[in-house]
Amino acid sequence: MLSDQDRIFTNLYNQGDWGLEGALKRGSWSQTKSFIDKGRDWITEEVKSSGLRGRGGAGFPTGLKWSFMPKVSDGRPHYLVVNADESEPGTCKDREIMRHDPHHLVEGCLLAGRAMDAHHAYIYVRGEFVREREALQAAVDQAYDANLIGKNNVHGWDFDIIVHHGAGAYICGEETALLESLEGKKGQPRLKPPFPAGMGLYGCPTTVNNVESIAVVPEILRRGGSWFAGLGRENNTGSKLFCVSGHVNTPATFEEEMGITFGELIDKHCGGIRGGWDNLLAVIPGGSSVPCVPGDKMRDAIMDFDGLREVGSSLGTAAVIVMDKSTDIIAAIARLSYFYKHESCGQCTPCREGTGWMYRVMERMVRGEAQKREIDMLFEVTKQVEGHTICALGDAAAWPIQGLIKNFRPVIEERIDQYTHNAKADGAVPSIAAE
Amino acid sequence: MANIKVDGQEIEVPDHYTLMQACEEAGAEVPRFCYHERLSVAGNCRMCLVEVKGGPPKPAASCAMSVRDLRPGPNGEAPEVFTNTPMVKKAREGVMEFLLINHPLDCPICDQAGECDLQDQAMAYGVDSSRYQENKRAVEDKYIGPLVKTIMTRCIHCTRCVRFTTEVAGISELGLIGRGEDAEITTYLEQAMTSELQGNVIDLCPVGALTSKPYEFTARPWELNKTESIDVMDAVGSNIRVDSRGREVMRIMPRINEAVNEEWISDKTRFIWDGLKSQRLDKPYVKKSKKLQAASWNDAFAAVSRAVKKTSADKIGAIAGDLAGVEEMFALKGIMEQLGVNNLDCRPAGSALEPSKGRASYILNAGIAGIEDADAILIVGSNPRKEAAIVNARIRKAWRASGVPIAVVGDQDDLKFDYEYLGKGVESLAAVAAGDVEFAKTLANAERPMIIVGEGALTGTAGKDVLALASSIAKGSGALSADWNGFAVLHNAAARVGGLDVGFVPAKGGLDRAGMDKAAAGGDLDVVFLLGADDIDMEAYKDAFVVYIGSHGDVGAHAADVILPGVTYTEKSATYVNTAGLVQQTTRAVFGPGDAKEDWAILRALSAHLGEALPYDNLNQLRGALYAQHPHFADIEAPAQEDAKAIEKLAKVPAKIKKAALSTPINDFYLTNPIARASAVMAECSQLAAGGVNEAAE
Repeated sequence: MLSDQDRIFTNLYNQGDWGLEGALKRGSWSQTKSFIDKGRDWITEEVKSSGLRGRGGAGFPTGLKWSFMPKVSDGRPHYLVVNADESEPGTCKDREIMRHDPHHLVEGCLLAGRAMDAHHAYIYVRGEFVREREALQAAVDQAYDANLIGKNNVHGWDFDIIVHHGAGAYICGEETALLESLEGKKGQPRLKPPFPAGMGLYGCPTTVNNVESIAVVPEILRRGGSWFAGLGRENNTGSKLFCVSGHVNTPATFEEEMGITFGELIDKHCGGIRGGWDNLLAVIPGGSSVPCVPGDKMRDAIMDFDGLREVGSSLGTAAVIVMDKSTDIIAAIARLSYFYKHESCGQCTPCREGTGWMYRVMERMVRGEAQKREIDMLFEVTKQVEGHTICALGDAAAWPIQGLIKNFRPVIEERIDQYTHNAKADGAVPSIAAE
Repeated sequence: MANIKVDGQEIEVPDHYTLMQACEEAGAEVPRFCYHERLSVAGNCRMCLVEVKGGPPKPAASCAMSVRDLRPGPNGEAPEVFTNTPMVKKAREGVMEFLLINHPLDCPICDQAGECDLQDQAMAYGVDSSRYQENKRAVEDKYIGPLVKTIMTRCIHCTRCVRFTTEVAGISELGLIGRGEDAEITTYLEQAMTSELQGNVIDLCPVGALTSKPYEFTARPWELNKTESIDVMDAVGSNIRVDSRGREVMRIMPRINEAVNEEWISDKTRFIWDGLKSQRLDKPYVKKSKKLQAASWNDAFAAVSRAVKKTSADKIGAIAGDLAGVEEMFALKGIMEQLGVNNLDCRPAGSALEPSKGRASYILNAGIAGIEDADAILIVGSNPRKEAAIVNARIRKAWRASGVPIAVVGDQDDLKFDYEYLGKGVESLAAVAAGDVEFAKTLANAERPMIIVGEGALTGTAGKDVLALASSIAKGSGALSADWNGFAVLHNAAARVGGLDVGFVPAKGGLDRAGMDKAAAGGDLDVVFLLGADDIDMEAYKDAFVVYIGSHGDVGAHAADVILPGVTYTEKSATYVNTAGLVQQTTRAVFGPGDAKEDWAILRALSAHLGEALPYDNLNQLRGALYAQHPHFADIEAPAQEDAKAIEKLAKVPAKIKKAALSTPINDFYLTNPIARASAVMAECSQLAAGGVNEAAE
């Protein structure tokens, strides 16, 4: 349970002033120069000791990622790229930061830039985020005007922030596709290795971080890494923005300590499940690309990286999608399959061909118009996509279906039986349970 | 060097090797679609997946991962890669299944069938049945020009064609639009591609999505006879394979020769074959009462003999054209020597190149592959894109790899690489020679500068001066050292270097082509032998007795008094020397039409009628005599090594600086010789290039 004084994002609901004045009142931009003066190693060590793990979904330790940047420049500039292409269905945390608490991000960019010897940060904002980009750009302009960033700023570390507006492709949230898009090319993921820390934006060492990972850095430095490490469980430290959507009484985005149980999370912040806990069917706990978990396993699940792995899922971006028993779970997952088919970049074979295949089979399964053996076939197809692609979109497309088949196979079989049962002699079948 | 274990076998490979190269080194076959050794790595087909020990529990794309990227084992053991494990087998089957679900099963009507990578690999790595129940995707075909036919439903999105056109050909006209399963290869507005190398995408396409339009539905690969030969469309001497069926050439494909054309050929080389079948001279003709009439070989020879005997040796001349092989030039020269004729020329365009000045003075000394070693290039009076598209691709390759500084004196055209433009005429070249321009310093500071002089720049009144200036630039910039000769003449006809090599130039006191023109116009030249020479002004010879020996009814044949039908390069074994002095031989793939005979045999028979028969009865004897006089012709495919002193001597010749423009003699890439002018495909390309046809999509 997060106490109010441990809260990092204190203007998440825009109750105060989102601009520079309000941010200064809330404590942003204080002591920044002293952190800069302590140097890159100190900042990196402090972030490492905080145990902060990347908030973009994969949960890679942020401090460790920063330490991959070359210690001595070989003449190429270093770049910080902030991934604000928040497009994962269910996820709506970065937009709140950009709209209502943008100075956390701006200050975080400066500090993170110092920690990797970068003088430039690019913030790649999702195409659909128009107001968010405006607010962020305004915050950046305020920081320039107050000489907090820019050439010869008060902090003594020349630093430019460029807010770049994407064109609305989900795949551009993948870090290397994002770099391609930023360079003006078609947003298609690059082959790794080489990793961005060696060859990233314009062939220069680059670190790509999520908005939230960067935005929490100033507070970590101000209060010390040990404060952040004291929240949550070991290896899953700190506080985190959760976005709860779906069949809860009051869906919300809020900051909470890692390691809280799902039950407490819902009861405290979301007014409980619609229709009570017995009405809970399934939960997708980390944004659309993680497997769903049946409701009965979920109530006591611990909401952090390791806790959710135990129930066969993942924390992802902490976008919790709650589905009650009124949900047609097959149709829900089929809709996600459609999303991944639509957003596949088409570069590599398994994802280009596999997402369409999976979606079409799923569509038939929604109607029950399938053979039971096709369930196993579909599972195999997801396995043929997973791990065989250039980027993780193939995995993301495969996991929801795998979660469905693992947890709700009887529902699929029942739908198939029902379809067969309703079939008439001429083969025509009245549509049932379709969208 | 790095150690790596492939399927349990430990080998040592260079650090920069990819896993795929390492696997091949160890003898393990790795299937692939998108990977091509001459293009950038895309890694998108996922067919080359291998298992890497110690890595993540998923297969890795072996084309994209380098041996360096693998970590050694905990005790320093060599990293291990497997190509034969169940995981790899499963991965390949999976990728194969995905590639096939939306690929049409139209192999029976597909031109690629029989030489299709997808077919072959489906047999080797796929499974026998399909689990895909949905409808297959259909993609609309695109119009991308008269040469490449598209059946886009077959496309597997390997992007080889896109990478070829952008990287090698230098056009950004082909691309992948859309995303996911809606991704399509297209030229955006469905316009024809503008490259002279576009035909190569047909070979690169691993499936039947891009096939040859002129060849469509004409033959199956397994019914074709494949003959390895040499191309004569330009002076590059591209290595080709002539595919024939019966008496017909069905298509022409490239062969790999790293020293010449790598594995690309120009569109003219590839699509010329319909020109081999039309406008052919298939029987001898003799002009009777102002009309050419078919005649027997004996009548034709008798007519020539009468004309020769009526006149004296100083009123006879011989000109060899652009496609003549060394053997026939040697034979014609033999006849002329017997008759005591001194008026010979193998330079219809009239360039200043002279065999007497040394072989180094008229070849591309560093070799075509040597262009990649150059660290500064000056192009003089040449448009390599039109004159030798393959050489242009080499220059572009060098420019892409090392950013070699390039400057041009002459025409300012889009050459598909950036260059500094120094001016149009001889005076600009003189400025470089005098060191008055910045680029002169670049050349002087370069270790291996190269001066490419186009044949067109060496013609006309300023030809000698350009040769002298170019030589002095080469000498002054240190292009003539012990281990580097950067003086490079870029010819534009296949016959030229061979002709200069056999000395098919005016003998002592003889007339060159310009001299013969004047003499003929003045009535001082009674008989002229044209060995496939069409690109000359025939008006001058209207009063002379013209003997035309050649394969096509082109300009020369129209003006002839006697036509002796010869054969083309696909119908004879002949020696050609490319612009780099490389001696190569064509092979006969089919027989000539009708009564047409091999040119050397015609000349041998003619010699008997004129008096003394030439001292050889077959090709081997002819070559024996040729090699005895010119031993270097026996060194087939040996790179030329010539003494640079010839160029140093040329550099001492004082040059007059005139205001003469240096430009390429080739206005239309597609119509440079009689065979090309007989080709309907080339005519269409030519019209299209000139902006004449605006064909809409089908």
